Amino acid sequence: MTRAELARIIYEKVGLPKKEAQDIIEIILDIISQTLSEGESVKITGFGTFNVRKKTPRRGRNPQTGEEMEISARRVITFKPSNILKSAVEKAG
Amino acid sequence: MTRSELIEKVSERLEGYTQKQAEIIVETFFETLKDSLSRGEKVELRGFGNFRLKTRRPRKARNPKTGQAVDVPGKKVVYFRAGKELKERLNSR
Repeated sequence: MTRAELARIIYEKVGLPKKEAQDIIEIILDIISQTLSEGESVKITGFGTFNVRKKTPRRGRNPQTGEEMEISARRVITFKPSNILKSAVEKAG
Repeated sequence: MTRSELIEKVSERLEGYTQKQAEIIVETFFETLKDSLSRGEKVELRGFGNFRLKTRRPRKARNPKTGQAVDVPGKKVVYFRAGKELKERLNSR
């Protein structure tokens, strides 16, 4: 599923104009992204939790050249599905 | 941030919608993602990230109390990978 399909379904289910459904999807994703970039986790009951984890710098190697390099400290996102989501997908496909 | 805080923020950014309408939209958004994943589809939200399903193979395990072997059936699990833009936003400071 892509953004466009998601917008179409929200448009059908909620009866929003398509353009507005698209705008609202962007707003939702933007608020979640903004919150995560401030280092705060986002917990959506019934769906799952997005957490921010800090990674310390470490030495790594460029797998193509074998050259050693520093991998800088960074923040990464982990997503933990809720139990409801877990059991919804367990038997999927 | 919780689901209700997200709804509040979304409704602050939407003009001409009530908080209740914002709530319905946010709920429909996550329900739609969940439904799509439970049909075995992947969800691609460019810039934000992708939700995919990974297959866990069936395995044999042991009940740690009794030592008895049990079959654990295979299942699908949700996996999230942040998109390029979101990664950049997280690490821009």
